[in-house]
Amino acid sequence: MMRWLQRHWDARAAANFVLGGAGSGLLICVALADIRDVSAVALALALVALGLGAVWLEIGRKLRALHVLFNPFTSWMTRESYAALLLFPLGVASIYVPAAATLAAAAAALFLYCQARILRASKGIPAWRAPEVVPLVVLTGLAEGAGLALFFSESTVLQAAFAIAVVARYLAWRRYRAAAPSAVLEAPGKALVWVGTVGALALLPFMLPLAGVAALVTGGWLKLALVTRASINQGFALPHLPVRGAR
Amino acid sequence: MTRWAMVADLRRCVGCQTCTAACKQANATPPGVQWRRVIDLEVGEYPNVKRAFVPVGCMHCDDPPCMHVCPSTATRKRADGIVTVDYDLCIGCAYCAVACPYQARFKVDRQEFAFETAMPSEPRDEKRIGVATKCTFCVDRIDAGLAKGLKPGIDPEATPACVNSCIAGALHFGDVDDPASNIAELLAENQFFRMHEELGTGPNLYYLWDKAP
Repeated sequence: MMRWLQRHWDARAAANFVLGGAGSGLLICVALADIRDVSAVALALALVALGLGAVWLEIGRKLRALHVLFNPFTSWMTRESYAALLLFPLGVASIYVPAAATLAAAAAALFLYCQARILRASKGIPAWRAPEVVPLVVLTGLAEGAGLALFFSESTVLQAAFAIAVVARYLAWRRYRAAAPSAVLEAPGKALVWVGTVGALALLPFMLPLAGVAALVTGGWLKLALVTRASINQGFALPHLPVRGAR
Repeated sequence: MTRWAMVADLRRCVGCQTCTAACKQANATPPGVQWRRVIDLEVGEYPNVKRAFVPVGCMHCDDPPCMHVCPSTATRKRADGIVTVDYDLCIGCAYCAVACPYQARFKVDRQEFAFETAMPSEPRDEKRIGVATKCTFCVDRIDAGLAKGLKPGIDPEATPACVNSCIAGALHFGDVDDPASNIAELLAENQFFRMHEELGTGPNLYYLWDKAP
């Protein structure tokens, strides 16, 4: 067996999952908790844009970036791009027409789901191809978004959504860890459990923003490690050795 | 229907890397890029360790994950099974490189040469900068050979450079769908496996490991 760490996707690619996940999660929470704050929507869109911008910095042929739209039939990266094309106008529209917030949240949910499926489609990397990565990435984005939303609202609905999201993220992490154990994810995983879940829930009744930061930072760390350090290709393996000479 | 495939006889491969060198020469790949290479695998636990030389590269899969993930449609599969990359469409996102289970794809972001300046055998090819590249089964040779009425896998002029160069006769190329082809016969006479078949990619590089029972 000869394994190798993929080095094509570095922190710039990870930034798309970290920032895009948090931004799209925030946009969903804005609709869920009916947060009528322009700065919340602006922050969500800025995070998604920054994430996509980071990926753009990584591609080899930057002037051809629009070619990313050519394969909606099978590529989750293309689908993510189309979701982003929906997300931005709907997000802006939600500032002026509150009813559009639900549509913007739907586009954000699609964007988040596409991100998770991007990893899932990488067949050579056990840490990514595990089906359990999909709920983990989606719920991490939701927990981070809910954490950010706590800076804009103290509503009970939002607090409940935050608590549910971090607990669901913890459960998704446990399930993922059992399916695709990875030594490099142990430290961020522990931080996610103790700081991002237990700590965040303990802080929730007293210091909302700090609880949000705990969920946000630990989720981001886990995704950064997942993309850049846990992405070890399974390598080559021989099911049979060559039989040489007399038997 | 033609389906080009390669056969590597692991009993014969001696790990000389002549195929690696031939591929580099034929395709003028830059330093660090090896569309064809031979890995040296140690199998087992000390003291029961065995060693095998395994030629690897693009497997031209039946169901290539690189093609499915490619957002630009630069990666395609021809009717004859060869997986190609359109350098004019590729955006260099490297999604194919991370999706490929066989480490067959490469991307270089700047022109590099074995020495400071380009040797005559190292043409400056701007098209290959910042995009994904990989083994093409020497598709140009195959197409040109077929146009001349030659048979890939039999006539060297129509056969991939790595196969032509193999000193041990370990590498073979041909139409796996033709029961009378050279590689179909080899597969009938021997036991074989394909790398990580459990992933469902349907790789078209077959490894012979023993005679048929």
